Amino acid sequence: MGMTMVEKILADHANREEVQAGELINAKLDIVLGNDVTTPVAINEFNKIGVDEVFDKERVVIVPDHFVPNKDINSAEQCKFTREFAAEKELVNYFEIGEMGIEHCLLPEQGLVLPGDTVIGADSHTCTYGALGAFATGVGSTDMAAGMATGEAWFKVPETIKFVYQGELNDWVGGKDLILYTIGDIGVDGALYKAMEFSGEVIENLPMDHRFTMSNMAIEAGGKCGLIKPDQTTIDYVEDRAQRDYKLYQSDEDAEYEQVIEYDVSKIEPQVAFPHLPENTRGISEVGNVGIDQAVIGSCTNGRLDDLRLAAEVLEGKKADDSVRLIIFPGTQEIYKQAMKEGLIEIFIDAGAAVSTPTCGPCLGGHMGVLAAGERAIATTNRNFVGRMGHPESEVYLSNPAVAAASAIKGKIVSPKEVI
Amino acid sequence: MELRGRAWKYGDDIDTDVIIPARYLNTSEPEELAKYCLKDLDEDFVNKMNEGDMIVAAKNFGCGSSREHAPLAIKAAGVSCVIAKSFARIFYRNAINIGLPILESIEAVDGIDTEDEVEVDVESGEIRNLTKGEVYQAEPFPEFMQDIIQVGGLINYVAGKVDK
Repeated sequence: MGMTMVEKILADHANREEVQAGELINAKLDIVLGNDVTTPVAINEFNKIGVDEVFDKERVVIVPDHFVPNKDINSAEQCKFTREFAAEKELVNYFEIGEMGIEHCLLPEQGLVLPGDTVIGADSHTCTYGALGAFATGVGSTDMAAGMATGEAWFKVPETIKFVYQGELNDWVGGKDLILYTIGDIGVDGALYKAMEFSGEVIENLPMDHRFTMSNMAIEAGGKCGLIKPDQTTIDYVEDRAQRDYKLYQSDEDAEYEQVIEYDVSKIEPQVAFPHLPENTRGISEVGNVGIDQAVIGSCTNGRLDDLRLAAEVLEGKKADDSVRLIIFPGTQEIYKQAMKEGLIEIFIDAGAAVSTPTCGPCLGGHMGVLAAGERAIATTNRNFVGRMGHPESEVYLSNPAVAAASAIKGKIVSPKEVI
Repeated sequence: MELRGRAWKYGDDIDTDVIIPARYLNTSEPEELAKYCLKDLDEDFVNKMNEGDMIVAAKNFGCGSSREHAPLAIKAAGVSCVIAKSFARIFYRNAINIGLPILESIEAVDGIDTEDEVEVDVESGEIRNLTKGEVYQAEPFPEFMQDIIQVGGLINYVAGKVDK
């Protein structure tokens, strides 16, 4: 019997010939990640273990990105505590303001995560790195602490659901729409405890930035990870970034899947997830009349260069409606710089957008775009739970960057076709 | 471990944002987090519950963020355990790691109503509804996880294994 990608990666990291879904194993970690919200809790737990050093100074990565630049005194204290730990433990990959980015945009960009890696991150969207063919999963702070101390973590080897995407993509449909459609189909617990494997000709032709978006939202279906077979697109992305060896894994032909789900993408139009769950998806033609107060473009889901290019294509020469606050936040400093070189930032500012330094702030209602009671936002972020972006009586609608940009112009949720 | 308390019942997909909203994540003090436990789901929860009470919920409890602040807030508020039809993966793992007992049982959730008096045997997974006189069974934890729970969480488990 063959093995799936996730079984192969975990077997190698557990020093085993083979593992099977359902087994509890101990695996070696290539990267352990934390941010400014989750790391302080992890440091307190780490200190209880009784070791002086982290397992590897290069492989513990800390990115303060949620409440930075610090939004208040408490946030500043959390960051200070984290910064001092990073200095004391001589962590090589601690990213301070000015060089940091949103963690899941930053790590792949810096070549810190590579195909075949096993990664835990104290942030649920750590599953993003599945797009590179890595096994990467979100954990809590205690797991992060144990990982920092030992360089290992326990896992239950997950079953895999294979998703096969075939057909021709419609205009303005990309990775975000494919994953929103998928979550809408299987539900927010449709892949609970399982690995999702995205495959088929559509994925093979999908640019890296769109792949990151898909893997990023595996957690929104309850998934443990969201894997894509590494190919030439992956190699092109990592070859100049990688500073260590990496390994390409793919599922065997006779691997056993829990389920195989096939989609004809030619039937998929741009998707919008209605409040208050990412599974409440509708095609753009079925949205109806939904006015908005705010449009947010960015985050670890859609703050990459291809996302900004899409938004700029829609916004060029146009203005956000007077009733809409448009906020755009590139994922990293590198993305920001490249967007400047390409003239995208100027397009955004001319369209009336506030363009922000990289931060997770707006996505989780932390700062830089919190909603008041009764307000509505369209966002390229990943969650639209009750109170996600601010007041519990506000609403968040999720979409791709082109739909968010078009909606900003019209003051209500519309297809990019209506403004181009 | 025997637990006893009243049940507070909620629905599907109770996410980490309503368990502990992001606006309170600028601290990691459990006592501080406890004040806001379930605030955006049930404003009154921490006032009406008593030490030892239980949260009972339907499917996919704890979906969303990896924030360990969610189980920490629940535990620090004095909730003795959470019974649900299913748990989101990271929440499940975090709860075990910090020593918050959780049990999966569809029949218990269907049988228990808010303010029912409930008794739970964590080791055997037996759940007794004292108000209704019913008994339900949850799947006991695998041995490996029982080991973690028995030593008081993952940190103690790891501390026992590392070379100091």
